[in-house]
Amino acid sequence: MSLTSIPKPRSTYKAGRSNNFEMNSWLFMRGSGLLLVVLVIGHLFVNLWQGDGIQQIDFAFVAGKWASPFWQIWDLAMLWLAMLHGMNGLRTIINDYASRGGTKFTLKTLLYFATFVTVVLGTLVIFTFDPCIDPASTLEVCTNR
Amino acid sequence: MDVTVKILRYNPEVSEDASWESYQVSAEPTDRVLDALHKVKWDLDGSLTFRRSCAHGVCGSDAMRINGKNRLACKTLIKDVNPSQPISVEPIKGLPVLKDLVVDMEPFFDAYRSVMPFLVTSGNEPTRERLQSQTDRERFDDTTKCILCAACTTSCPVYWTDGQYFGPQAIVGAHRFIFDSRDEGTDQRLEILNDKEGVWRCRTTFNCTEACPRGIEVTKAIQEVKRALIFRR
Ligand code: HEM
Ligand code: SF4
Ligand code: FES
Repeated sequence: MSLTSIPKPRSTYKAGRSNNFEMNSWLFMRGSGLLLVVLVIGHLFVNLWQGDGIQQIDFAFVAGKWASPFWQIWDLAMLWLAMLHGMNGLRTIINDYASRGGTKFTLKTLLYFATFVTVVLGTLVIFTFDPCIDPASTLEVCTNR
Repeated sequence: MDVTVKILRYNPEVSEDASWESYQVSAEPTDRVLDALHKVKWDLDGSLTFRRSCAHGVCGSDAMRINGKNRLACKTLIKDVNPSQPISVEPIKGLPVLKDLVVDMEPFFDAYRSVMPFLVTSGNEPTRERLQSQTDRERFDDTTKCILCAACTTSCPVYWTDGQYFGPQAIVGAHRFIFDSRDEGTDQRLEILNDKEGVWRCRTTFNCTEACPRGIEVTKAIQEVKRALIFRR
């Protein structure tokens, strides 16, 4: 109501479209960062610390984890958050350092493309993973079928 | 004592390149770097060009990069900048250098102007002054101290790489009015700083806070504006 409209002072500032995109992406960096701390430390703990530590990691270990929807969701969240967080971080850096519009556009196109491919492939792997892809597999899930 | 002052000289009428020149002057440890610059200009080389006016840290005209840090030459004592070694003096970074230590401040002032650094009100003028409680006045006291020296903005790495960013000073200037209970232009100013060149480009480097010769908590002011944007409405 009390929003006054007075002419803008002389300046080179040109208002872009007004939206909260930069604010939301700033908030996302903090939110995803916090979640990543939990997800990544949990991931490292279970994979590298618990049990036999790094020696235990093989095909069977991954197959065992992804048999549970819990770890599927965990890894999916880690994949999406890390990729989007990293992508948004790089977008910020491109905005900082690339000064020509063309360079900005090219770098961002490459970035979004790489992110898209990685996220889609990663998601596909998590959900279509087949522990018995090898017909000669000796894993319990496969021999008991 | 004898001190060496190493100054980054630049004169586009002579050469496109800037170059370091060293000058020996005698100075007291309690003299200021500005006094040393005066000695160079008055006694050794009259072509040295720099801005200064008040010589007492009030006008904000002599911000420069001394030993790699942005400071006011008139508030920096020789003894505090390791005078046993040559003292380096350069123009502040990120604004076009016109000559020697003089930079073009227009882009900096443009950013300041675009946040509407003046009281915005509506309705009838009161017959007396616009009253405000002491607590309300205290709220933005820190940012009233700004002298527009540009030390903060030209110490910011985001501003160095991309001068489109409003820079810390413009946010300090906006903060001064955003948190003033008498002002009614808050929404407009917040909207301006919500822009893609606005507060969200700040990476909390704290260079600005360290550079400010007035001791303004610049980074804190920026964070307060971010917070106001997140929690508005
Ligand atoms: C472990 C938990 C993590 C936390 C708490 C975290 C937190 C943050 C925060 C708060 C920012 C914003 C900095 C700013 O705006 O000033 C940021 C930026 C960034 N993050 Fe992360 N992050 C984490 C993991 C990751 C991962 C896994 C990646 C890579 C995929 C990544 C890549 C980046 C990049 C590229 C930036 C931009 C850097 C910049 O602004 O200069 N981060 N991070
Ligand atoms: S905030 Fe401090 S450093 Fe920045 S222009 Fe104002 S007085 Fe100078
Ligand atoms: S000459 Fe005025 S602030 Fe230094």
